[in-house]
Amino acid sequence: MTEPRPPFRAHLPHLRRAFAVWRRNTAVWHKLLVPSLLANFGEPLLYLLAFGYGFGALVHRVGGLPYITFLATGIACSSAMNAASFEALYSTYTRMEPQKTWEGIHATPLGIPDIVLGELLWAGTKGLINALAILLVALALGLVAPAGALWALPVLFLSGLCFAALALVATAFARGYDFFTYYFTLVLTPLLLVSGVFFPLASLPQPVRLGARLLPLTHVVSLVRPLLIGQSPPHPLTDLAVLTVYTLLAGAGALVLFVRRFER
Amino acid sequence: MDDNAAALLVTDLRKTYGGRTVVDGLSLRVARGTCVGLLGPNGAGKTTTLRLLLGHTRPDAGRIEVLGFSVPEAASQARARLGVVGQSDNLDPDFNVEENLYHYARYYGLDPRALRERFTDLLTFAGLEDRRDAPLRELSGGMRRRLALIRALVHDPVMLFLDEPTTGLDPQARFHLWQRFRQLRREGRTLLLTTHYMEEAERLCDRLVVLDHGRVVAEGSPQELVRRHVEPFVLELPAEAGRDLGLGEERHELRTLHLEETVFVYARARENLESLLSRCPETPARLRPSNLEDVFFALTGHALRD
Repeated sequence: MTEPRPPFRAHLPHLRRAFAVWRRNTAVWHKLLVPSLLANFGEPLLYLLAFGYGFGALVHRVGGLPYITFLATGIACSSAMNAASFEALYSTYTRMEPQKTWEGIHATPLGIPDIVLGELLWAGTKGLINALAILLVALALGLVAPAGALWALPVLFLSGLCFAALALVATAFARGYDFFTYYFTLVLTPLLLVSGVFFPLASLPQPVRLGARLLPLTHVVSLVRPLLIGQSPPHPLTDLAVLTVYTLLAGAGALVLFVRRFER
Repeated sequence: MDDNAAALLVTDLRKTYGGRTVVDGLSLRVARGTCVGLLGPNGAGKTTTLRLLLGHTRPDAGRIEVLGFSVPEAASQARARLGVVGQSDNLDPDFNVEENLYHYARYYGLDPRALRERFTDLLTFAGLEDRRDAPLRELSGGMRRRLALIRALVHDPVMLFLDEPTTGLDPQARFHLWQRFRQLRREGRTLLLTTHYMEEAERLCDRLVVLDHGRVVAEGSPQELVRRHVEPFVLELPAEAGRDLGLGEERHELRTLHLEETVFVYARARENLESLLSRCPETPARLRPSNLEDVFFALTGHALRD
């Protein structure tokens, strides 16, 4: 991604100021805790049970694991992606445009970079919360190893940040909600299907398999699935490096794009 | 330029959007502890000027100093000492009345738990002490504006930017807000106000700055502006009655202004207008002293700007 250099200097965000935005969003989430958690647990749980037991009765073992375990470890990753993306698209846009929450915050010492970082951290947190919900269900069903689940948490938070940053780039361009449908259909759904969440990469054609290695969700799954079943990931440094690079590039891009959007 | 008495100092400010000059060499000085009104028709550059002053957009040229801080370089420090009541309602609908103050305080780096007493004082100041826990949807337009005002006061700012703060309110709600603004001014705060209501400008402001086409076209106290830019008396009458009185002819002691179906006849002496009126006593006309509205038309013309 090459950004044309803006005619101004986007100042670096301050973590303390960004944290005020994170706390604002956390407080709103906390007010709506019960319906929010129901949604967090509800849908993935249904998928897990229906496909895990229904489909699992047909295929038994996938990638050396019982299918329901394979699926639970995959869904933990995809739910981090979905929740972070949804938050950074729809909810961030709502606060930015119709609700004018950003405008109110921008009258205070906070600058756009501070607000964007706050939104990024919050959407990443939201991804972690949703993944955690799946992990709790998987733990209760005895599908994953408790120690491994603990190790997976920081990785899932990083995944949340990564997908939040990518989604924020889209939000910075958005002029309405319709735009986000494209993002889900053209970006997130293909990612979900080729990154080893529902079936192993090995079953895909060679070119797709190679292409999938460039995609962030593949690396999340490659890290998180082994961790959750108590094994070491095969190439953790590569996976972490890819996710970090995606997060930093998309995060910086989003920052510049939002500053441009607001400075005019 | 070292000017400690100025809360706001703007020199030769310019801003262009895609070839259109919105702010065109604007200079402005607001003394500490005064209330200054920015007037001007839509598109005169008021909103862009405010955005420039807040550091929300960068000028193409010129200098801005707000409370001694260079903007946009130190805009964040300047905003830490400013309170802003925006034109649009941007209260946080996800929170109730007190939570709006609570979370806003955090953006200023304050610990809201230590500010309970201040919140109570502010809620009392705004007449919202019984609405602490009310969700925003239960507030009237006037209450929302008062909440927006005290939200801008959580950090005890020395200066306030009020952007059309009473637009759309009923007379009672407007009067209530005026009282609050006066009190804030008495407390020694500096107020910068934009408004479309001449009565509001006249009642609240020590000084007025009239903008048009991104430039200052006049400034002074409301009385000064009236004295300087229009004759002291005016006769308002329907256009056709004006024709009957022969107003089309050259009369050096009178100045006429046609605005839609109305003619305004300005004169230095009341007698000139009285004698004009006596020639045609049944004309439905109004003879009155000139006011800011007349100044506004005289300076910015009367074509519709939207």
